[in-house]
Amino acid sequence: MGSVTLLSGNEAIARGAYEFGVRLAAAYPGTPSTEILETLSRYPEIYSEWSPNERVAFEVCFGASLAGGRVLAAMKHVGLNVAADPFMTSSLTGINGGFVLVCADDPEMHSSQNEQDTRMYARFAKVPLLEPSDSQEAKDFVGQALEISEHFDTPVILRLTTRISHTKTPVRLGERQPVPEPVPRLNPKKYVMLPGNARPRHKKVYERLEALKTLSEESPLNRIEWGRKDLGIITSGIAYQYAREVVPWASFLKLGFPFPLPEDKIREFCSSMDRVLVIEELEPFLEEKVRLLGYPVEGKAYFPATGELTPEKVESGLVKANVLPLRSRTQNRFPEAPARPPVLCQGCPHRQIFYALKRLKATVMGDIGCYTLGALPPVNRMETCISMGASIATALGYEKVRGTSKGLVAIIGDSTFLHAGIPGLLDVAYNKGTFTTIILDNRTTAMTGGQDHPATGKTLSGESSRPVDLGGICKALGIERVRVVDPYDYKATYAVLKEEMNDGIPSVVITNRPCPLVEPTSWTTPYKVNMDLCDGCTLCLYVGCPAISLSDTERTEKGKPKAVIDVPACTGCEFCALLCQPDAILLDHGEKNEVRIPWNNP
Amino acid sequence: MEQPVTNVLIVGVGGQGIILASEILCEVALRAGYSVKKSEVHGMSQRGGVVTSQVRFGEKIYSPLIPEGEADIVLAFEEAEALRWAGWLGPRGTVIVNRLRLVPPGSFVTKTPYPDNVLETLQAKIPRVIGVDAVKLAQELGNPRMGNVLLLGVLSRFTPMSEDLWLQAVGQRVPKGTEQINLEAFARGRLLSEPKSAKQTRPASCSS
Repeated sequence: MGSVTLLSGNEAIARGAYEFGVRLAAAYPGTPSTEILETLSRYPEIYSEWSPNERVAFEVCFGASLAGGRVLAAMKHVGLNVAADPFMTSSLTGINGGFVLVCADDPEMHSSQNEQDTRMYARFAKVPLLEPSDSQEAKDFVGQALEISEHFDTPVILRLTTRISHTKTPVRLGERQPVPEPVPRLNPKKYVMLPGNARPRHKKVYERLEALKTLSEESPLNRIEWGRKDLGIITSGIAYQYAREVVPWASFLKLGFPFPLPEDKIREFCSSMDRVLVIEELEPFLEEKVRLLGYPVEGKAYFPATGELTPEKVESGLVKANVLPLRSRTQNRFPEAPARPPVLCQGCPHRQIFYALKRLKATVMGDIGCYTLGALPPVNRMETCISMGASIATALGYEKVRGTSKGLVAIIGDSTFLHAGIPGLLDVAYNKGTFTTIILDNRTTAMTGGQDHPATGKTLSGESSRPVDLGGICKALGIERVRVVDPYDYKATYAVLKEEMNDGIPSVVITNRPCPLVEPTSWTTPYKVNMDLCDGCTLCLYVGCPAISLSDTERTEKGKPKAVIDVPACTGCEFCALLCQPDAILLDHGEKNEVRIPWNNP
Repeated sequence: MEQPVTNVLIVGVGGQGIILASEILCEVALRAGYSVKKSEVHGMSQRGGVVTSQVRFGEKIYSPLIPEGEADIVLAFEEAEALRWAGWLGPRGTVIVNRLRLVPPGSFVTKTPYPDNVLETLQAKIPRVIGVDAVKLAQELGNPRMGNVLLLGVLSRFTPMSEDLWLQAVGQRVPKGTEQINLEAFARGRLLSEPKSAKQTRPASCSS
C-alpha cells in the first residue's frame, strides 16, 4: 500500500489522472478548478495544456480520446456553458479513450458570477455523473469515471464543489497503472453528426441510460449506512459530511453516483424509514427525482437552494424540520471588525485606467477578471459583468439602441479577450460599432493566480511558444485604430482615452504594463510619505492601494492622522505621488520620478 | 459515541503566511496518526482580504468546516481578525493574537474604525488570551518574516502532538536554507506559551 498524504480535492483529481493512466488533460483556469491542471503539469507522463477557453479544452480532449488516449478536461461550472456545444453532442457520438470531464461548482459564489448546479447538465446531456465527498473519493472516482466512460461509450462528469476542491483530506497514493498503447478508432458513422448518423445515436443514448441505471443500482459508490430508522437522509458530495457531523445517528443513503439515480436502492431505503430528508447543495436535484418515485421526501423546505451549505445551515434545517431541538448557544459577541473588501493590488496597472474612466464619466461595459473590482469603491466605474468576453458585444448592442458611442467603452483583460472577446470585436468591425475597447494586457491570467495564455509566450509546461500579437488580431479583425498606452504614464493615458472615446471611430486601446505580482521585475523605487509635508487630506487613500494606510502614531497639528506607505509593499507605480497635493509622497532621496522609463515589451 | 475532534481556526490577512502555517499544523497532526481535514477558500480572498484556514484533527472527521462556536483555538495573525473570529471559539477556547494592526486601506470609507484595545476586549470574555508580538520577536532573531512559525511555536503547546513531530515538520516545510532560523523562531514561540510568560504587554513597536 502507498503512503498517506494530505491532498486538496483538486490535487487528488490530478493524482487520480496520473494513477489511472490519463494521457492528455486540458483546461482553462477558473476558480475553484484551476489547481487541477497546475498539479497535473508536474507529471511528465501526461500532456497537459492551458487551452484558450473551455470549449477548446473539451475539443482537444475529444480528439485525444478518438486517438485512443484516456483524457481529462477540467473547468469551473460556467466553463461548461462555454464547452456545452461539443459536450452535448459528445453524448451522442460517445468516445474512444476514457473521457472524464471534471467540473467544479462554486456554491456561495466565492469567486464566480453565478452558482449553477452541474448535475442539471448530466440530466440534460444524459451522461453519467459522479460526485465525491472527500479527496480520497475524488482520486478513486477518476478511475471509476474512466472505466464507466470506456465501458458505456460516454463522457463522464466528475462534479466537484469549492469545498471539495479546496479542502485537504488524507489520500492513500498508488502507482501509475500500465497504460496500453492507444488505438485510434475513427468511424464517421459514429462521429460525423449529420442528421442521418445522429438519429440512431440519439436512440443509443437512451439504451445507454438504461444500462447505466443498472450499474448505478449495483455500484458501491451508492451506499446505505444504516443507523436509526426514524430518520433517513439522502445526500451527496460535501453535504454528506455536514449531515454525518450533525446527525451521526441517522441512516444515510450516500450517492457518489447520483446520475442516473439508483431507483431500487432509493425505494429500499425510503421504505425502511419513518421519515426521509434530502440534504443537497443548490438545486433540489435528488429531491425532485425521489418524489417522482412516490416518496414524500422533504429537502428544500428546510435547507436553502442558494449558497453553500455549512454544518450550521444543516443543523438549523434539522431544527426547522423538528428533528433536532433548538440549541441555546451562549456565544460571545465582539465589536465589529472593519471589512476587508478585495481591492486592486499595489501597483496594479488597472488602477490608472479606472481613475481616468471615472474622470471622463465613461459608461463602462465590464468583463471577468481582476478588473471587475473597478465596479467597487473607490472608483465605482462599471455597468455590467455577466460572462467571459461579454463586454464588447454588450457595448455594441448598447450603442445601437442609444444611437451614439460617446463616452462608451468596453473593458476586457488579455486572457478574457483571447477566451471569448474576439468574436465580439469582429462584430464591432463588421457591423460598424464606433466605441472604444480597452484591452488590459497585464500578460497573465491574473484573477486565478497568474496562468499563462497564448499572448504570454509560454505554455503550461513552461516551454516557450510564439506569443500572439493582440494589436495584430484587432487589426486583422478590421479595427484600424489600435493604440498602446503605458498606464503608469497617467497623463498620456488619460489623453488617449479622452480622444478615442469621443471621436466616433471604432478603436482599441491596449495597456502594456504587466501584473506586478506576476512580474516583480517591473517594480521600481518605492515611495515614502514625508511626514513634514503630509497634511492628512487622505486623497491618496482614495487610490485604494493596499500599500497606503493611515498612521497610528503620526498626526497633523489638527489631530488628523497622516498617511503612511508600507515601503516593502510599494511597487513605485507613482500614482499616489501624482495625486498628492502637498507633494508629500516622494522617493527616498526626496524627489519625484519625473520621467518614467517606459516599460519595454519583452 | 463520536471521538473528540480538535478544531483550530487560523485567521489573518492575505500574504501573512497563514496557508504555510496551517500546512505545517496538518502535517504534524497527520504524522501523529490523526485523521486531518483542512479547508480554506482561494480566489478573491488573496487580494488584501481576510484569509481563514480551518484545521480539524481527531480519530474521524466528517465536516471540514468547524461549526460556529466550536473552535478550540483561534490563532490570529492580526488584531482585528482576532476580534472578527473570536466568536467562533467554544466556551473553553484559547485565542492566540499576534500584536499586529493591519489597517485595511478602505476602513476610512466603510466607517468602521479600526478597533483599539483588542487584547483587553478579548480578555473580558475569553478566559485564555495570549498576545504575542511575533514580528518584533522574530526581528530579534534576525528576520521579521519568521513571525508565522513563531506563532506556530506558541500554538504547539496547546496541541497533543509531541515537540519532535513539530520540529520535524517545521524543518521540512519551510523554504530551503531557512530551516535553522525557522526552528529557532519556533522554539522561541514555544517558550512563550509556558504558563508563566503567557501574557505579553504591548510594546510601542507593534503598530502598523
